[in-house]
Amino acid sequence: MQTSASCQVQRQFDKVNAIIEKHEGKVTNLIAILQEIQAEYRYLPEEVLTYVATALHIPPATVYGVATFYTQFSLKPKGKYVIKVCDGTACHVRGSEKLRYLIRDKLGIDEVKDTTDDLKFTLETVSCIGACGLAPVVTVNDHEVHGEMTPEALAVVVDQLLFRERSEESTEQTQQKQDERKDIGKEGCRSC
Amino acid sequence: MLKSHHDLQALTADVRQALGQQKVRALVCAGTGCIANGSLRVYERLKELISARGILVDLDVACDACHPRHSHSSTVSPHAGGPTTPNAVGVATSGCHGFCQMGPLVRVEPRGILYVRVKPEDAEEIVDKTLIEGRVIERLLYRDPVTGRVTPTEESVPFYRRQVRVVLANCGRIDPEDIRESIASGGYHAIAKALEEMTPEEVIEIVSRSGLRGRGGAGFLTGRKWTFARAVKSAKKYVICNGDEGDPGAFMDRSVMEGDPHKVIEGLMIAAYAVGAGEGFIYVRAEYPVAVTRLRKAVEQAREHGLLGRDILGSSFSFDVTIKEGAGAFVCGEETALISSIQGKRGMPSPKPPYPAVSGLFGEPTVINNVETLANLPSIILKGPDWFKSYGTPDSAGTKTFALAGQVANTGLVEVPMGLPLRDLIFEIGGGIRSGKRFKAVQIGGPSGGCLGEGQLDVPMDYESLAKVGAMVGSGGMVVMDEDSCMVEVARFFMKFTQNESCGKCVPCREGTKQMLALLTKITAGKGTKEDLDLLEELALTVKDGALCGLGKTAPNPVLTTLKYFRDEYEAHVIERRCPAGVCKALQIYSIDPEKCRGCTLCARVCPVGAITGERARSHRIDPSKCIKCNACIEKCRFEAIRKG
Repeated sequence: MQTSASCQVQRQFDKVNAIIEKHEGKVTNLIAILQEIQAEYRYLPEEVLTYVATALHIPPATVYGVATFYTQFSLKPKGKYVIKVCDGTACHVRGSEKLRYLIRDKLGIDEVKDTTDDLKFTLETVSCIGACGLAPVVTVNDHEVHGEMTPEALAVVVDQLLFRERSEESTEQTQQKQDERKDIGKEGCRSC
Repeated sequence: MLKSHHDLQALTADVRQALGQQKVRALVCAGTGCIANGSLRVYERLKELISARGILVDLDVACDACHPRHSHSSTVSPHAGGPTTPNAVGVATSGCHGFCQMGPLVRVEPRGILYVRVKPEDAEEIVDKTLIEGRVIERLLYRDPVTGRVTPTEESVPFYRRQVRVVLANCGRIDPEDIRESIASGGYHAIAKALEEMTPEEVIEIVSRSGLRGRGGAGFLTGRKWTFARAVKSAKKYVICNGDEGDPGAFMDRSVMEGDPHKVIEGLMIAAYAVGAGEGFIYVRAEYPVAVTRLRKAVEQAREHGLLGRDILGSSFSFDVTIKEGAGAFVCGEETALISSIQGKRGMPSPKPPYPAVSGLFGEPTVINNVETLANLPSIILKGPDWFKSYGTPDSAGTKTFALAGQVANTGLVEVPMGLPLRDLIFEIGGGIRSGKRFKAVQIGGPSGGCLGEGQLDVPMDYESLAKVGAMVGSGGMVVMDEDSCMVEVARFFMKFTQNESCGKCVPCREGTKQMLALLTKITAGKGTKEDLDLLEELALTVKDGALCGLGKTAPNPVLTTLKYFRDEYEAHVIERRCPAGVCKALQIYSIDPEKCRGCTLCARVCPVGAITGERARSHRIDPSKCIKCNACIEKCRFEAIRKG
């Protein structure tokens, strides 16, 4: 019989299980499995790595070895928006460095601490995203590509992101408040 | 399902006929560069307008062999008068046209009109004037910055004029997400020909005679590589397409995978048939999401059409392809490391021999070819080795794609016959240096290549000539630098990259790159000595000789070439404690000349760290403790009031 605790663990790893199953539990698909897990969690939590190792019948050290070898993987939680500043040769000679400084300054992060405390933003430096014709390039969550960036133009991009985030937050809060109000409505005001 | 060469030809004729019904066709570039500039919005708007005008003709041919033919095309609205209407217009997204700088690009067929920097607002004018009335909109054409003249067609733009497009022939001309367009432009005809008319040995013979060499870097003869793999007796063999284009500054393979994925798949099929492999992998960098999506789609479509799977086109050749995504490791471009990564392990290289041709993926004989090498194969099979050899030099046959980037006026992707002098590429095709500055150096071949200066500009770009001057063709990345680049800092930049990417397996690379980086950092920090230069050179040569894999062996190239061609700059750093280009920050302090400053506040506004303060109309000051010496203020100041030194 399963205890309720183990049920909970089971539920927690449901998504991981589905990913492993999709890749037929093959060790050769370890990289793809970790990529999908990271897409789900935004990073690779330690307990998940151990879980994957057990599921694939390989030592945790092997999984950890792969997770730390490739730059794409992160063992630390990443922000909701991952801003990548390309520092390939073309971007480098066209001044990508000042772009990094600008973002760090705007988000209050530094070389060591690359994610904001509220887990909204992460700054990454990537070696080349292959859009050298538009150097210097900055991407947001991979799909939003900004080419021929200058500090002024990037400042606008970052401000827009901050604005988007704030307005989403306030919509959520309003939503919450409305929900609360509805709850109050349902239960009736206790003081009356 | 296409069951024979004949089926393929029938489908080709059908699609060509359907395409012929589109009297005019607009192709909107959907390469990563143009997408970043908003090309997809241009496409949506064009499509919307063309539909609204009732003149849109969709390419809607049912493949008889696959599905029973349904209505020939969902096509034209009744008012437009059917597909024969003179205004029947097609619109599609295409792969990279190469001229990324001028994006979003729109090409209008059949006249080859090229519109540059097109915005969604321009769509209406394009539809009404060009697509319907056939008139050219002059303001959207490319204007030659030197002569000031407009160039009416893509082919007449100086950037394209000297190019010979073999690998990139279809990039920008077809919709990469539609296998039928690829087939209509000759896709899969080479593998069909090979399966029908040639034995694997004959295929190898043709490729050997063509003199095709690996386009990924080292330039090993493709035919010879295949001969080794063919000779090994084994029940299972593999072919791998190396799409792990990790060199910073290179994007040729990305453009080919995005712009013509079927050509890559066909090339891999030819390789597989030649060496006797039944399974193939395409290993793509995860940094190329568009390429991954298009390749996956292409593989699916090829399977649906029976071009991948069992008994392809009625022959006894069976083959299938799996797409594998990398996870960000430069060393995985090295073949043994790539094999390790496909097996789900850390991508670390192993000593050769045994070569992958003997013992590769899962211990079986494996051939690994670069994307561009594979994309050359269909043309070689269809047009013959002599045609291929008519381009290039005797030892380096054919064409090569280069990614032109950096401080050059026209950036983008070019394909030229091998052996073209560097000068022609940079100054004719590339249009020279931007904003009238002086040429200083060109970095070829990424972190494995070298930096060449003014004195090497007449070197022909072929494998041997470039190797002689210490650089290499590499994958073809070419970053041009002007007088504002410090060559010591550039060497340090590359060393930082290779040191970071070194997998740590062998001592020369692991320790050597670290020590070289430390020395270069010391020099750029203004603390270097003359002896450091000798030590740096000695270390570089040791790593070159002793490292295990290609990454380590070539890592010292940027250092060695800059030491050779730009030694005076190193000496200025260690003897005079001066950075001639004004890049090395430790060697300079920024200040504002109070006489010249008018207090316009522009510098204070662009300073990314808020180091500049001052009141409007009063002279400003730079706080040296905050200043990161990024040069942003100097670039903005209209009064030349900011000095460094």
